[in-house]
Amino acid sequence: MKDHAALSEAFNKDEQRVNWHDETLWWVRQKRDKASHQIPDWEELREAASQIKHNVLSDLGNYLEQFEKQAINNGISVHWAADAKEHNDIVHGILKRHGITQMVKSKSMLTEECHLNHFLEEQGINVVDSDLGELIVQLAKEPPSHIVLPCIHKKKEEIGDIFHEHLGSEKGESDPQILTETARIHLRNTFLTRRAALTGVNFAVAETGEFVVCTNEGNADMGAHLSDVHIASMGIEKLIPQRKHLSVFLRLLTRSATGQPITTYSSHFKRPRPGQEMHIVLVDNGRSIQLGREDFRNSLKCIRCGACMNTCPVYRRSGGHSYHTAVAGPIGSILAPNLDMKQYADLPFASTLCGSCTNVCPVKIDIHDQLYKWRQVIIKEGYGDKKKATAMQAMAYTLSSPKVYRIAGKAGRLVMKYAPFAVNNSLNPWYKQRDMPEPPKESFGEWYKKNRS
Amino acid sequence: MTTREKILANVRKSQPPLVTAPDIFLWENRQQAEASTVLETFKTVAGNVGSKVISVESIADIKNHLNILPGTRILTSVPELFDVADDVAPYQNANPHQLENVELAILQAEFGVAENSALWVTEKQMGTRVLPFICQHLALVVNAGDIVADMHAAYQRTQGSDHSFATFIAGPSKTADIEQSLVLGAHGPRSLNIFVLTT
Amino acid sequence: MRVGLFIPCYVDQFYPNAAIATLELLEKLGVEVGYPARQTCCGQPMANSGYEHLTDGCNELFVDNFAEYEYVVSPSGSCTLHIKEHLHTHNDEQKALGIRKKIYELTEFLTDILKIEKLDASFPHRVGLHQSCHGQRGLKLAQMTELTANPFSKPVTLLNMVKGVEIVPLNRPDECCGFGGTFCVAEEAVSAKMGKDRVADHIQNGAEYITAADLSCLMHMEGILRRLKSPVKVIHIAEILNGVKETVV
Repeated sequence: MKDHAALSEAFNKDEQRVNWHDETLWWVRQKRDKASHQIPDWEELREAASQIKHNVLSDLGNYLEQFEKQAINNGISVHWAADAKEHNDIVHGILKRHGITQMVKSKSMLTEECHLNHFLEEQGINVVDSDLGELIVQLAKEPPSHIVLPCIHKKKEEIGDIFHEHLGSEKGESDPQILTETARIHLRNTFLTRRAALTGVNFAVAETGEFVVCTNEGNADMGAHLSDVHIASMGIEKLIPQRKHLSVFLRLLTRSATGQPITTYSSHFKRPRPGQEMHIVLVDNGRSIQLGREDFRNSLKCIRCGACMNTCPVYRRSGGHSYHTAVAGPIGSILAPNLDMKQYADLPFASTLCGSCTNVCPVKIDIHDQLYKWRQVIIKEGYGDKKKATAMQAMAYTLSSPKVYRIAGKAGRLVMKYAPFAVNNSLNPWYKQRDMPEPPKESFGEWYKKNRS
Repeated sequence: MTTREKILANVRKSQPPLVTAPDIFLWENRQQAEASTVLETFKTVAGNVGSKVISVESIADIKNHLNILPGTRILTSVPELFDVADDVAPYQNANPHQLENVELAILQAEFGVAENSALWVTEKQMGTRVLPFICQHLALVVNAGDIVADMHAAYQRTQGSDHSFATFIAGPSKTADIEQSLVLGAHGPRSLNIFVLTT
Repeated sequence: MRVGLFIPCYVDQFYPNAAIATLELLEKLGVEVGYPARQTCCGQPMANSGYEHLTDGCNELFVDNFAEYEYVVSPSGSCTLHIKEHLHTHNDEQKALGIRKKIYELTEFLTDILKIEKLDASFPHRVGLHQSCHGQRGLKLAQMTELTANPFSKPVTLLNMVKGVEIVPLNRPDECCGFGGTFCVAEEAVSAKMGKDRVADHIQNGAEYITAADLSCLMHMEGILRRLKSPVKVIHIAEILNGVKETVV
């Protein structure tokens, strides 16, 4: 399988497209800056959110039980899933009991993580994603490339082609207004004919047993309120202690995500409507393991705003698919190795550790420090590149001895000065697009010896 | 051991030592701006997110701003408007699919929030949950005195109330999923008119 | 005041002029500077690649070389940050902790410790200031655009003391240049693209020189500039603050 470096090299074959991708996401980052800078105590708000989540993680067992109790009192069925398979089986079980073979779904990164669509399709159940971006990637048979902007990698002309093929829009039509209208008409029929709807969960309140789903399109609400069965899938870390804490998170979420002051809809589901069934599936899938990793547990504070992706100079220039995992970008790179250290060993290295992600994170996850720490863990556990290990050992040997270092330095500079082909060749990745530094006559150490001592 | 017990045991084994949640008292008790400033902020932000704000002096005045095409279906929860729109109450426990062709819904909002122009609408005020989402156009009515400054004040206001379903609505349904181009009218209402009652 | 001068390995080998400028500048400002001859590297190239466990040799050398000084100063934000965050020793951890507290990157040493208010230097050029990430976000040499906080910049404060310097505005004032240590070869495509984009921002805004408090970023951007055959040059901030003159090379 190709790693992040190889996948992003392929992405960079079309430089104009990289520029477009970078500019589009940078624009979102700028909108985020504008929105957050309008809140004078933004930094205090981030700190409060981070501490609330710290409290949640430190008492998660009790909060889960409290939430479950309240939700059951409210008439919601609560299910527990240890892993992706169990989650998918639970969802399938509910649908099967009702004899339902078609389901509409709003955005849920958890179901992407669990590969629910694929699983249900194998069981003969048709799933339609109702978020416009999710629908587009679903029709294109691709995974989303961004947790908030699922088809941000697609150009409108490409979306026009997909809609022409699948939804019967005019050939060559690429006006976002018209394409959105096409999807609206198509999905309205879907909403009206599906008896089951699955939504994600943005926040679940332990105190009251209610959960909040945020969308701009209104698709989660359309699906849920028209359905006989509403299934809400959530990771166990989505809890917050009390209802009043929603104020902190709803102020932060969309300003961080898209620069909006709030999503169009922030819906609070507490009880099923009369005659409706409501289910919550609480999913662990590695979260309790991550909770036990002291260096990495803060990653569970994530509220999935995507700000770290929009600001990441690497993400913007490599695209979400280069991360080959459901949650791309910096946050995905600290979540994925917990699930499979071998498969995702490349991700913590797909960063310059510039630290911008940490600064935009609304819950103050120390993302770039965790990337550094994952690197140490991955090398120690033996998932590093063997060739690199040899080079690193040689480097450490050279730099540990002033004498060896001086000799190597002299040799290195000589080689560069008199035989530039030795390093300036295509085997040296540096030289593909960059020249080597001009080697000076003498090192500073040599100059110092002559001029000062 | 059930999955539930297993997850809870693993969580308890892994969770760090207890840390208390921070006090958000400071935000909740911050001195609020003048009512007129709060209202102005509300109007500005509402405009920014694609809503249209119309100040009216009475509920009856709302009718002067409605452009009703003959033959279109209008539902409302505001009794003073029953002469131009149908009452939503009968749909409370009805099949939500019956609301498929509603052109306009005019609903009372409990309060608004200035910092983001969101309006708190509860299930009671919707008649039935799907209505504010399935209608082609939505109008919400809010008293000028019921606009609070921010989300902290908003949740304080909802304290003690109990709704099976309630939602904040800020603007018409929208998407920017195609190349970040903003399009109003994704799956829900294509427009949101906010009638602010000033008396 | 006795200051130990830490010249990182690649500065020593490839950019002696920046090191000389740092030394001369500190001497001009009346600082007694020592340069331990047995110094090599901070260990960051290994550590950032996941091999922190191979940095023991570098760490022990560093502690031996610099423990005795009142301050340690280095013309590299990145190496300074690495020492500040990761220096340990098996022999006397207190010594390592002491160094972590007393090591300063050059510009912060000038503004925070020496508190200088004027410089005798002139550099009549349009200069683009590259905010190196580790200096800016790690050492907080300047305010970061992500935060809702008051702006400040230690390098800008210093550059404003130099006659004739015109700092050009940038479209993205604190975006990473893509060097990232071994990232620059391991993730060649993205790294080079980031470098090209960063350089383009400076060129578009009319910079004649790109300066920074970190040579690793400058080395990266210089590689790009030279490949593009651009007339724009890179120069370490110490050379501007010291008053540029042709020394060696």
